[in-house]
Amino acid sequence: MPNPTQNLGVESEFFGHRHVTQIDSRMRTLATDMREAWAYRDLLVMLIQRDVTVRYKQSVVGIAWAVIQPLTMMLIFTVVFGGFAKLPSDGVPYPLFAMAALMPWLYFSRALTGSGDSLVGSAHLVSKVYFPRIILPIGKAISSLVDFAITLGLAALLLAWYGINPGWKVLTLPLFVLMAMFTSLAVGLWLTALNVRYRDVGLVTPFIIQIWMYVSPIAYSTSIVPEAWRWLYALNPIVGVVEGFRWALFGRELPALEPILISYSVVALLFVTGLRYFRRVEQTMVDVV
Amino acid sequence: MSDLAIRIENLGKRYVLGETHEQTLTEQLGRWIRAPFRARAAARAGHSEFWALKSISLDVKQGEALGIVGGNGAGKSTLLKILSRITPPTTGRAHVRGRLSSLLEVGTGFHPELTGRENVFLNGTILGMRKSEVARKFDEIVAFSGVEKFIDTPVKRYSSGMYVRLAFAVAAHLEPDVLIIDEVLAVGDAEFQKRCLGKMSDVAQQGRTVLFVSHNMAAVQKLCSRAVWLAQGQVQQAGNPADIIGAYIASTSRSSGSGPAMPGFSYWQSPCPSRTEVTAVRFFSPDSGEAIEEAATGQSLAVEIEFNTAQAFRSFSVVLQIATLDGTPLILTSTTPDRDLAFGTSAGRHRIRCIFDALPLAAGEYVFGAGLAIPNVEYVWRDDSLCRLHVAPRDVYGSGLAPTAARYLLATQHVWQAPESL
Repeated sequence: MPNPTQNLGVESEFFGHRHVTQIDSRMRTLATDMREAWAYRDLLVMLIQRDVTVRYKQSVVGIAWAVIQPLTMMLIFTVVFGGFAKLPSDGVPYPLFAMAALMPWLYFSRALTGSGDSLVGSAHLVSKVYFPRIILPIGKAISSLVDFAITLGLAALLLAWYGINPGWKVLTLPLFVLMAMFTSLAVGLWLTALNVRYRDVGLVTPFIIQIWMYVSPIAYSTSIVPEAWRWLYALNPIVGVVEGFRWALFGRELPALEPILISYSVVALLFVTGLRYFRRVEQTMVDVV
Repeated sequence: MSDLAIRIENLGKRYVLGETHEQTLTEQLGRWIRAPFRARAAARAGHSEFWALKSISLDVKQGEALGIVGGNGAGKSTLLKILSRITPPTTGRAHVRGRLSSLLEVGTGFHPELTGRENVFLNGTILGMRKSEVARKFDEIVAFSGVEKFIDTPVKRYSSGMYVRLAFAVAAHLEPDVLIIDEVLAVGDAEFQKRCLGKMSDVAQQGRTVLFVSHNMAAVQKLCSRAVWLAQGQVQQAGNPADIIGAYIASTSRSSGSGPAMPGFSYWQSPCPSRTEVTAVRFFSPDSGEAIEEAATGQSLAVEIEFNTAQAFRSFSVVLQIATLDGTPLILTSTTPDRDLAFGTSAGRHRIRCIFDALPLAAGEYVFGAGLAIPNVEYVWRDDSLCRLHVAPRDVYGSGLAPTAARYLLATQHVWQAPESL
């Protein structure tokens, strides 16, 4: 009997070679899942491309919105918190101070909204064809980077306008971007899996994001939080990300290490537990959605 | 499993009824607060179980085209979903050798805002192809679909026919070791269906393994080298397609023998409002309006189809098919496009009647099927063998010789002219 896998060519590096798939009720190992997600990397790229193309298809509206939103928020923060309330801004002009936090924050809220809805929002795909489901929230975390790039441009313009040179510290920025991605993915995994089980999670998400903004140092500086409470405050992982962004762009002294370590430990914990919960829910989600 | 493509061992799938109902986190939190430890047990107690598949075992050889037939709720779709890895089994296991692709619908993941080209790549990778593989086959795919001119137009501007053709073209160029197909042949116009069937049999002849679920018995018979009949989640019978289809269709006559006096079909349980499906087929005399138990050749007959729609459809079509016991269709008619009755429906229960002034069927047993469709796009629901109807002999030609199915199947009015010498 001819071996039909032979005319599959090189493309089936994962499924080819007479690979035998076992289907049963047991959960597969994390390693198997990750290998398979890698084999589907082209799909990840296509889904990201889809999101970006669809969002910017009406290019004027799409890009304009990505510029107007951060600018408006920056202006409001500057007028209300910097002007009326006279909150301290760590010695830099308030617009720049606000934009440095809006960059990771707007990315986080967009990526979280996207990944939180990624399973239920793709129910039509998930119920008709198999692919590693983890691709969906990861895709949202990556495609939201396009809007982030626009705010990054705005921040660069502000830096130039005020004549501030961040120096070598700016090279650490990618590290904090990665951190922002991990944070939104960690929380997003939890949200999207919970959203499958409980339908009101989708409704609560915007509310969670709104509250979250006020307990994060977006419109104000961490310095107004009493010293004794900083450790508790740092349990919010966004604190670590925002502090990192501000430091990389115009920080004078190194931020205290403990709060950042606390923030990042929280992210790691959320990510590991979120991934576990996600993997448990994705197994049976088709029976529920 | 040297020459096996699929080995299925004691595969079972349990659904817990009630669990599928939407739950809210607020309710759940409320339960936890009121009774933190009892909540779980109480929630379980209210559920009843339902086994969609009960310990199925089946081997499929490499290069075999296996047809799966059975009524609604027999477990066909559940089996396909488990093998496609969309849902896990509750018990047992299955092994699949090589790359598996499943087509439970065409055009999965098509996005209306994207162009035809972009959608080909997106859909191809969703179906498990590598991007380079899609690129290599791209020209072939576009040529097969026949929409070359519009390949850079967003698919939202496509006609429904073009959309389906492009979607199927992508699917047809998959080169899996095992291909699972659910009813997707029932889309598009007749011309395109023929090409699809041709492509499918190519796939089977290339030594690939095909699993094919359909209510279209003629297609199963044509395509498959072996058939399995599922009933109530179990393998009822497996073997030669013609035998299996015959046995299956014979079993669908819910009115034969000493069964209920009313021929026709009515759903065995209360219809589920979240599904679009035919819930009953009934026979009437259009003259008296009374339900009838059997028809007669040349007499008038009204077929009433009762159906439920889960959602509103802007454009909808009801299909009626009359076939012989071995599944050969004799009459197939639809409100659109076969006839010109265009309508849309709201969500809910509806009924429609199709009237035959003079039934052209010779005396014998016939199988009635029905379908619900979005005209020229796809079948939403279809079952070619819902119920049987007995047609009584009647001397329609006034010759003393009533037409019977033993001699021929169709009897329609006609005239013989006197011979002429040439």
